Amino acid sequence: MQSLLKQHHKLSNTEVHLSILSDYAAIGIPDFKEKLAEASLFPLKPTHLDILQVNMGKMCNQVCKHCHVDAGPDRKEIMTRETMEHCLRTLEKSDIQTVDLTGGAPEMNPDFRWFVERISELNRQIIVRCNLTIIVSNPKYHDLPEFYKEHKINIVSSLPHFTSNRTDAQRGEGVFDKSMRALKMLNEIGYGRDSDLKLDLVYNPTGAILPGDQVSLENEFKRRLWDRHNIAFNNLFTITNLPINRFLDYLLVSGNFESYMNELANAYNPVAAQGVMCRNTISVGWDGFLYDCDFNQMLDMKLEADKPHIADFDTKQLSKREIKVNNHCYGCTAGAGSSCGGATT
Amino acid sequence: MKETYYNREDLGKFGEITKFQKELGDKFFDYYASVFKEGALTKREKILIALGVAHAIQCPYCIDSCTSDSLKQGCDEEEMMEAIHVAGAIRGGATLIHGVQMMNQVKDKLM
Repeated sequence: MQSLLKQHHKLSNTEVHLSILSDYAAIGIPDFKEKLAEASLFPLKPTHLDILQVNMGKMCNQVCKHCHVDAGPDRKEIMTRETMEHCLRTLEKSDIQTVDLTGGAPEMNPDFRWFVERISELNRQIIVRCNLTIIVSNPKYHDLPEFYKEHKINIVSSLPHFTSNRTDAQRGEGVFDKSMRALKMLNEIGYGRDSDLKLDLVYNPTGAILPGDQVSLENEFKRRLWDRHNIAFNNLFTITNLPINRFLDYLLVSGNFESYMNELANAYNPVAAQGVMCRNTISVGWDGFLYDCDFNQMLDMKLEADKPHIADFDTKQLSKREIKVNNHCYGCTAGAGSSCGGATT
Repeated sequence: MKETYYNREDLGKFGEITKFQKELGDKFFDYYASVFKEGALTKREKILIALGVAHAIQCPYCIDSCTSDSLKQGCDEEEMMEAIHVAGAIRGGATLIHGVQMMNQVKDKLM
């Protein structure tokens, strides 16, 4: 399967995306901004900046059907060392405690290990959003678990289901078996078992449905993965699929777009709206531009700043910005809420 | 839209039953929400029971709703179909156990 960009698909144009998402009347939902205003949350403002989420590139060894990044082997955009140096300088002059590395497969960036080592020297907590299969995809990645362990990296990995058919339907043929192999390698060196080696899994629904209760799903995943595969992990994060890129394409092609958007809007939770991740996170694109979140990044909605680039990072100015929202934001405020760290309520 | 006895859109209007009788409607929905909370049975177990019952009573709204909720709770296809077989087994058994009544009647009537 090729990326939407490679296919020259209409959704590879962010303006087309935004025209679809912005037309709330045609979708049959209230404008997200009005829902925020009802809870006195509009304009949405940041709280304290805790997390710098860095997208190290769109290159990936997988082509998942729901990918909001539209990542894949045919995507060549990756972060340069120069941009990483700007990120490091930003960390040095700020009190941001957590760096969340994502992609694509961040490990495919040739400067990934260099970057992790430098962040590690700054004593910041590092999260790597590892797709698991990268570890077993090529001998040059087989030692990744040891590298993660050396830097006490918190690994966060997608596993949409504890059955192979449901996982492979979303992430590609054979992904479940490779993921089990990678999880066993991580378990063997202490991940998911030792208190300082956290291995968290991410559950994204494998269709046009919202995630269920996080605690209940975590219990079921723990039971199934242990009973059938002797695999242990720490937390399960339930993340709602947002209608962007390939998941939007799936919704439109399958005829589920309006009903899914209505389900998201009907499940709007003002408490979840208070705790959305864009209030304590800034997202850095592969080319250094800044966004309120990874989803806005994929829609090319740069954050509100004179120079929205990591080279010009100004914590004080950014703390006063208005966070940009659109109707995809219903995905983070539905039900128990959704963020890169799972449910928010 | 083609007119049918059942319309998918009506499922979303379920809450409107309180318009004609608020007190009883509210009590029902409170009770409903309490029933599906985690208790001695997990939410997951409860929704699989509900899925089986939905098929036994052949309510299309309940089937749509319980299928969606089963998926949300991470149930797989095999579990969901087994739940329906449980419902089918009890329905089938309920039919067949009445066969004994028929047999008793036959004994009474025939020489």
